[in-house]
Amino acid sequence: MNALELHSICKSYGTQTALENISLSVPAGSRTVIVGPSGSGKTTLLRMIAGFEFPDSGRLLLNGQTLVDSTHEVPAHQRLIGYVPQDGALFPHMTVAANIGFGLSTRGHEKQERIAELMDSVALDASMASRWPHELSGGQQQRVALARALSQQPRLMLLDEPFSALDTGLRAAMRKLVARLLADAGVTTILVTHDQSEALSFADQLAVMRQGRLVQSGHPLDLYRYPEDEQTALFLGDAVVMPARIEAGWAHCDLGRIPVNNHRNNQCAQIMLRPEQLHLVSIQTSPAEALGCRAVVTERDFSGNTCTLTVELQSHDCAQQPGRSLMVRSSGLYAPPMGSAVHVSMIGHAHVLSEA
Amino acid sequence: MPETLPAGVAEAIPPRLRRRSRGLFAGLGGAWVIGLSVLVSLLALLPIAFVIGVSFETGWARLVPLIFRPRVGELLINTLLLVVITIPLCVVLGVALAWLTERTDMPGRRWWSLLATAPLAVPAFVHSYAWVSLVPPIHGLFAAVLVSVIAYFPFLYLPIAASLRRIDPTIEDVAESLGLKPWAVFFRVVLPQLRLAICGGALLVGLHLLAEYGLYAMIRFDTFTTAIFDQFKSTFNGPAAHMLAGVLALCCLAMLTAESAARGNARYARVGSGSPREQRTVRLSAGPTVLALMLQILTCALALGVPLITLGKWLIAGGMQVWQLSELLPALEQTVLLGIGGAILTTLAAIPIAWLSIRSPGRLQRVLESCNYITSSLPGIVVALALVTITIHFARPIYQTTITVLLAYLLMFLPRALVSLRAGIAQAPIELENMARSLGRSPALALWLITLRLAAPGVAAGAALVFLAITNELTATLLLAPNGTRTLATGFWALTSEIDYAAAAPYALLMIILSLPLTGILYHQSKRTAGR
Repeated sequence: MNALELHSICKSYGTQTALENISLSVPAGSRTVIVGPSGSGKTTLLRMIAGFEFPDSGRLLLNGQTLVDSTHEVPAHQRLIGYVPQDGALFPHMTVAANIGFGLSTRGHEKQERIAELMDSVALDASMASRWPHELSGGQQQRVALARALSQQPRLMLLDEPFSALDTGLRAAMRKLVARLLADAGVTTILVTHDQSEALSFADQLAVMRQGRLVQSGHPLDLYRYPEDEQTALFLGDAVVMPARIEAGWAHCDLGRIPVNNHRNNQCAQIMLRPEQLHLVSIQTSPAEALGCRAVVTERDFSGNTCTLTVELQSHDCAQQPGRSLMVRSSGLYAPPMGSAVHVSMIGHAHVLSEA
Repeated sequence: MPETLPAGVAEAIPPRLRRRSRGLFAGLGGAWVIGLSVLVSLLALLPIAFVIGVSFETGWARLVPLIFRPRVGELLINTLLLVVITIPLCVVLGVALAWLTERTDMPGRRWWSLLATAPLAVPAFVHSYAWVSLVPPIHGLFAAVLVSVIAYFPFLYLPIAASLRRIDPTIEDVAESLGLKPWAVFFRVVLPQLRLAICGGALLVGLHLLAEYGLYAMIRFDTFTTAIFDQFKSTFNGPAAHMLAGVLALCCLAMLTAESAARGNARYARVGSGSPREQRTVRLSAGPTVLALMLQILTCALALGVPLITLGKWLIAGGMQVWQLSELLPALEQTVLLGIGGAILTTLAAIPIAWLSIRSPGRLQRVLESCNYITSSLPGIVVALALVTITIHFARPIYQTTITVLLAYLLMFLPRALVSLRAGIAQAPIELENMARSLGRSPALALWLITLRLAAPGVAAGAALVFLAITNELTATLLLAPNGTRTLATGFWALTSEIDYAAAAPYALLMIILSLPLTGILYHQSKRTAGR
C-alpha cells in the first residue's frame, strides 16, 4: 500500500519553475530517498509535503487522506508529519528535554517518561536532558531533532539532508542508527540528499531529481545499473559512456563486441558501463586473443583500497590515432604500473542509454 | 487571502510573499505587515516633504535672497570647518585607542575599552557645560572641535574596535609571510579592512555635528542648527528658518551620499569556514606602554574627568539646596513617561519593517527602510520644524501636545529600534517556527512560543536604546513640548541659560545615571554584532 502519493505537483516562483509535474508514490514503511544536485527542487518538494510550502497545482495524499488539492489544504500542524532539517533547528531557548517534549500533549510524569524513552531510542545519555542545544555536538543535535520529530509518532518522517553537517565517520554511523530506528518504528521515511552514496545506501526506493523534474525512480540497484540517460548515470557514480552500434543484443564499440541488456536494434546509441565492470589483465599472462582489447595505462590515481586507472585503448584500424580513454577501477595494491600494456575485459553487460 | 488585500497593495506584493504569508501572522497575513510598514515609512517622509514643500511655497524669487546671503555662507563655513577638523581627529583617536585596547598587551586594556565607551553616557551639552564652567572664556571653533571630539569619538571607537576584533588574523599572517613589515601590515592590510567601520562611524559623528544644538549654543559657536533655533525664537516659524533648515537637510543628504560613495561596494566578509583564530596581540615595551597609558589617561581625563569633576564641584558647592525635589521629581517623571511612551511607540512602529527585512527581504522593503534612515539622519531641529509647520496647518488639535513630541521621537529614533529588532527577529529563523508547526502547534501558537520568545531580547534592547535617546534629547523637545512640560534635558537647559550652573548639576547627574545603561548596551552590542 502506498502511504504518500504525489500527483502532478507543480510550483514556480515568479518565472522560475521549481517543480514541474512531479508524481511519486511512496510505499508504506519504505525508505524513499530523493536525490539530486543542489537547486534541483528536492528540498522544495520535501517542504511541500511537510506543509511549509504549497503547490500551484497538483494533489498530495497521505494514507488516503487528501493533504492538498485544488480546493483545500491541510496546514502543517494538522498533518502529523515529522521533519528533521539539515541543521536540526533545535529551539535555542529550550533544553534538550524541552525540545524533545515540545510536540507531546501529555504532561507531568508521563511526559518525562516518554522523553526518557525517546532519548534512549536515539542513544542519547539521560544526563543530556538538561543540556542546552549549543552545548551539544552536531551528531547529538541531530539525534535530539530526530527524537523530537519521533515524539508525536508521525505518519511520515521527512529528513532534509540530516547527515550533511556531520563528518564522514559520524555520518555513516548516524545513517545506520536512523535507518534501524525508523525501521523498528515502522515509520515511512523520505530522505533528501545530494550525496549519491548516501542515497544508494539508505534507499529502498530512489528518486532522482534534476531541474525541478523527477527524472527516474526505482530500486537503487536498478537505477545504478540502468539509468535512463547519461546525466543520471554520471550523477549516481562514475561511468564509462561511449557510442556504439547495436545489433541483436550486441554492441559494437571501441571495446569490441560486447553484450548489452536491452535488445533494441538502434543503429547507433550511447552505451554505459560502470568502471568496476572493466578488468585489466597483464598482456603476458593472457596472450590469447580474448574478448575485449589491448590498452596502455596512462594515469594512476591511487587512493588506498582502490586505484582508479585511465587506460588508452589501442585502436583497431589506425595505429597513429590515439584511442579512447577509459576509466577502470583496480585494487589499490595490485594495480598495473604506468605505461604498462594491459588487456581490458568486461564483466556483465553494457546498458544502452535512451536517446537524450 | 489575496481577496482581502486592499487594492493597490496587492500589486506591490510579489506572489511569493502572498504565498509565504500563510504561515506567519496566522490569519492576519503579510498584507497587514506591508501596509503598516508603508504607513510608517510615509510618515517618515514628512520632514523631507516639508523641506521640499516650503521651498516651493516660498518660491524661487524669495528663496534666492534667503539662501545666498553672507550669513548662510558664514554658517556654511563654520559647519564645514567643524566637520572637516573634527572627523579626522575622531578617526585618528578612535583608531589609536581601538588598536591599543584590542591589539596590544597594554595593562588593563579591558577597562580602557569600557572607559573609551563611557563618554557616551554624558550628553553632549553636559560636556560643553562642564568645559564652560571650568574654563569660562572658552568659545569658538577651537572649543567646538575640542568638545565635539571628546563627546563623539566613541562613535568611531566602538565600530573600529569591533572590526579589529573580527578581522581574520590569518590575513595578517599571510601579509607578513609575503615580506611586509609590521607597520606595513597595519597600513596595507588592517587599515583598509577598517574602512566600513570608519565610514559608518564618521557618518554618525558628522550627523551629530550637524544636528547638535546644546553643545554649540553653550560655547557660542554658530552652526546651522543654532542659527535655525535663534531664528525660530525671534521670528517663530518664518521662511528664514525654513530655508536654513532646507540647507541643513541638504548638508545631511550630501554627507549620506559622501559616506556611501566612500564605502563603495566593499564587503569585508570572512572567506572560509571554521571558527576564527585568536587575534594576535603586540607586545609593547616599556616606552610605548607609558605613551599608550598616557594617551588613555589623557583621553579619560578630558572625556570623563572634566564633566565628573565639574559636576562634583557644582554639587558640593550647591549643597542640599540644589536638590529641589519639587522640581526635579516632576522633571524625572516627565522624562521617564515620555521615554517609555516614545520607546513603546517607536518599537511598535519598527516591528513591521524589521519583520519584512528579515522574513521577506526585497526591493520594497529596502525602499521602506531607506526612507526611515534618511529621515533619522535629519537633525532634530528640521524634524521639529516640519512637525510644527505641519501640525499648525493640517493637524491643529495635536499642535503643542505630547502626541507631536512622541511623533518626533518616532521619526528620529526609529532606526535605533530597527537595528536591535532586526537582530532579535533574526534570532528566530522561520525554520524554527516551521518546526513548531510540524510538531502540531498552530501558527499563532508557534509565533508565540518560538518567535516572540526568541525575539524578546532584541525588542527589549531596541526599546531601551530609544528610551535612553529620548532622555537626552534636547532640541526637538524644546521646540515641540507643550507648555509646562519640563524634562531633565529641558530643565537642565533652562537653568544653564540662567547661568545657574549649580542648580543644573542634579539634572545632569540624573541624565548621566539614566544613560549609563545605554553605554552598557552599546558596548555589549558592538561585541555581539562584531560578526556582521
